[in-house]
Amino acid sequence: MKPSPFDYVKPASLGEALSLLSDSDGEVAVLAGGQSLMPTLNMRLSSPSLLIDINGITELDGIEVVEDVIRIGALTRHQVVQSSADIAQHAPLIAMAMPHIAHPAIRNRGTFGGSIALADPAAELPACLCALGATIEIAGNKGRRTVSAVDFFKDLYETDLADDELLTAVEIPVLADGYRSAFEELARRHGDYAMTGLAAHGLIDGDKVSDLRLAFFAVGGTPVLAKNAAAVAEGKNIGDEMISAVQSALEKDLDPFDDLNCSAAVKMLYAKELTSRALKALIR
Amino acid sequence: MTNRIEINTTVNGETVSRMVEPRTNLVDFVRYDLELTGSHVGCEHGVCGACTIRLNGEIVRGCLMLAVQADGGLVETIEGLSENGKISDLQEQFLIRNAGQCGSCTPGMLLTADALLESNASPTRMEIREFISGNYCRCTGFEAIIDAIEKTAQTRQKER
Repeated sequence: MKPSPFDYVKPASLGEALSLLSDSDGEVAVLAGGQSLMPTLNMRLSSPSLLIDINGITELDGIEVVEDVIRIGALTRHQVVQSSADIAQHAPLIAMAMPHIAHPAIRNRGTFGGSIALADPAAELPACLCALGATIEIAGNKGRRTVSAVDFFKDLYETDLADDELLTAVEIPVLADGYRSAFEELARRHGDYAMTGLAAHGLIDGDKVSDLRLAFFAVGGTPVLAKNAAAVAEGKNIGDEMISAVQSALEKDLDPFDDLNCSAAVKMLYAKELTSRALKALIR
Repeated sequence: MTNRIEINTTVNGETVSRMVEPRTNLVDFVRYDLELTGSHVGCEHGVCGACTIRLNGEIVRGCLMLAVQADGGLVETIEGLSENGKISDLQEQFLIRNAGQCGSCTPGMLLTADALLESNASPTRMEIREFISGNYCRCTGFEAIIDAIEKTAQTRQKER
């Protein structure tokens, strides 16, 4: 199908974009990479009267390391994140997740901020940000504010972002000494949305893990931090018995739903398997 | 009806100036406005890869971009890459290995394979599989396509 007619405007600055957002009275859509917006327009799941193309706002693009955080501008393309030496060094979990995000042609356009702002429950990056304790930076006409990733994701495609605000950047604490990450995902076809996925991050000392964060995706409306499982893992050596105990605790953390790809029961099975794989990967 | 917008772009080396509706996507623009019908339209939601086009040297989904976004940009389609000879060896291998069959996915496959070989001169079969995973072929079972890309890479390596 083809999109319904809409008007198009391409502001050159963040201030101009925010003014357009707050002045508009009709249905407005923000165009960043467009790799999720365009399908919804093509299928007429969404029919905005105005498209605000933010691709001209260069200040939203780029990656920089500032003291103990790595800052990723909202407009940074997935392909740029994937090939960034700074990301590989300071946020290896993000580097591990990137090849799972769609396909090369889509990663050339899709943006880091767009993926976060959309908050697809089966997307990789929201879970990674929850595992890493990242902070989301938001701009509005009243100024800038920040919110933790865990508080940002509210429900299925619902976030803390207001209609007149723009997500401008994400800040991730740089990898601390002793911490390691693992990323696991099961999808029907490489690059498709996950049936179940897991972003794991923790402090590793020999085989012992502590401060473990297990952020699952595609098993709920938002990324799900498995707190009971992490509590069971705390301070223990990663091994077969420990993994079984962590897997059992997952039943208290996760309440997956059926989707087009698989049933809730299969998602639970996958979550347990991915937990085993991720824990073993953390000490490999 | 919304206002049309003037765009100026370079398509396969030629300067093009047109008035377009904002909602016109890039692949429909090259097919209908410029009558370059080598880029195909399949799913129209980014899944199949048949509409693959190069914009500013990078492959993109032609159905997931608007023509207005190509304003000031460099667009290359299968017509341009065929005529300038850049992928003639790749095309020849597709022919030899019968990797085209119905031809619906072929332009997108060729552009994607070309992008792969630009970034990785000697990919493994697994790397080829991963890179073309965003392009659906419903005829060949992919093996012939992978063979053709692998053979092209090997031949280019020998000739270097």
